[in-house]
Amino acid sequence: MKAVMRPRIDLLAVFAGLYLVFLYGPVLLLPLFSFNDSIFVSFPLKGFTLKWYSQMIENAALRAAFANSVKVGISVSVISTILGTLAAKAVTRYNLPYRGAIVGFIMLPLLMPSIILGIALLILVINVLNIEPSLYTIAAGHVLICVPFSMLVMISRLEGFDKSFEEASLDLGASAWSTFWRITFPLALPGIVASLLLCFTTSFDEFLLAFFLAGNQATLPLVIFSQLRLPSQLPSVLALGSCILMASFIIVLFSERARRRGVP
Amino acid sequence: MVTASDRVGAKVSQPASWRRVKAWLHRHASARGYFLLSPTLLIVIGLMVAPLVTMIGLSFATQRYLAIDYSFSLKNYWAIFEPAAKPAYYLGIPFYLHKPIYVILLLKSILISLVATVVVVLISYPMAYFLAFRVKKHKLTWIILITVPFWTSYLLRVFAWKIILGYNGVINSGLLSLGLVDQPIEVLLYNTPAVIITLAHAWTAVALLPIYVSLEKIDRSLLEVASDLGATGFQRFVDVTLPLSLPGIIAAGLLVFIPTVGDYITPTLVGGTNGIMIGNVVQSLFTKGSNAPLAAAVSIVVIAAITILVCLFLWGIGPDRLRRQKA
Repeated sequence: MKAVMRPRIDLLAVFAGLYLVFLYGPVLLLPLFSFNDSIFVSFPLKGFTLKWYSQMIENAALRAAFANSVKVGISVSVISTILGTLAAKAVTRYNLPYRGAIVGFIMLPLLMPSIILGIALLILVINVLNIEPSLYTIAAGHVLICVPFSMLVMISRLEGFDKSFEEASLDLGASAWSTFWRITFPLALPGIVASLLLCFTTSFDEFLLAFFLAGNQATLPLVIFSQLRLPSQLPSVLALGSCILMASFIIVLFSERARRRGVP
Repeated sequence: MVTASDRVGAKVSQPASWRRVKAWLHRHASARGYFLLSPTLLIVIGLMVAPLVTMIGLSFATQRYLAIDYSFSLKNYWAIFEPAAKPAYYLGIPFYLHKPIYVILLLKSILISLVATVVVVLISYPMAYFLAFRVKKHKLTWIILITVPFWTSYLLRVFAWKIILGYNGVINSGLLSLGLVDQPIEVLLYNTPAVIITLAHAWTAVALLPIYVSLEKIDRSLLEVASDLGATGFQRFVDVTLPLSLPGIIAAGLLVFIPTVGDYITPTLVGGTNGIMIGNVVQSLFTKGSNAPLAAAVSIVVIAAITILVCLFLWGIGPDRLRRQKA
């Protein structure tokens, strides 16, 4: 059978290669041009420089925005992971009626166009609750889109190990509390780590909800967006973008590895 | 949470009512499940349902200069659908509307998303197929390699296309320095095809996983049977593999189509005036036009249009067929 399919294998492999180039090529241009000694993003390359990176580090607005993004990202990832884990435990361990509908409902924010979610949230915040938009409102928006991711990660993690571990522990006389800390939590831990990391990078990278829900303190993607209009700032945006891509890449790599640890 | 209070309950005496609640939770496993679910459900209700309900409410209000008149009115919907005697044409279709921009841009956004979705599925399917059937070693590495871009900044992925397609961008300057053209090609950026290419690139990672999962789930013995019965590779693909992976294709299509109709970043960065979409209109009504009620009404119309289209699509496929695929 293998001999017959030889020509198709090659064609598909070629496609797979092209696909990877298509997937990564555009994104890799950012780091490429961030080291280019020219204010214009165009060929031919002029020479190697690190000045866009030093310009980036010296930019106080960027540093403030970075701190804001980290603050929001950490709170969002912790809150979303707690909520996602609770929900995942509920749907995997209990035989719930309407399970599918509930999971679908929690996933719904991922399907909604972000612009509509953002505007709807802003209307609620301003017109009804009379709250000034701030980093808190950004975080609230991000929790909404991070909870579904966290729940998905935790469902696949909790489904991966058998309920009988917990039952055995309870049967052997452990209390529910110590069963949780000594059985459930350690087994779920890789999933929790993965969820924390994924939620952090989702929040850290999110632009559109933050765009609507921001007060006078900006997060990093907002600063990037505002600087895209200024051609003189473009190279330092490239440098910043490269750093963010690199950070996301490493975070996701760790999270994917954590998530699959110990799963058969 | 229940587990925590169980232990405490054994030591400290509690009010009778709380004990009764606990006893009830203990007896009813599904109630315990819902108890665990309740914080998450409350958050989703508070942060999604409440805002949407507010938005529906606001869409019936009216903007009067700086203030909003909250008395009930259908004025915003009338502004979107008000008929006119003279039609405006888009793609040769006459729109007998007083202000056709909303409906035309909605239609245009839907068409752009539809084309982008088809492109996404067409490029993602062979890759998913390769991943499911050809990759034997280092499968995990491949999957991670494909999923990583999904988690990286959408803004930056779209921005990358702006520097590729720009007037002095990567393609133009590359062609110039290679001597293939004398002057930059102007048609690359700020049009609909640029939006479609960018969307396809940004969303393919979303589509890949559902298709891959549906291909991976296919019972390999079915494929062997088809081959043993004399089906050629192509026949086997069309008659066995493709129908069995249909649920994955449908899921992928919906996951890409629904959010991209309202996309804002891509048309803003690479669309220009030519590639504008309904999301841009909603945004500018909301901020520059400072007419939040009308923006709310347009948003509701967008959600309604998407919902109707998705329902029609699922109904057209037929729930029976979907169920049969699953079984």
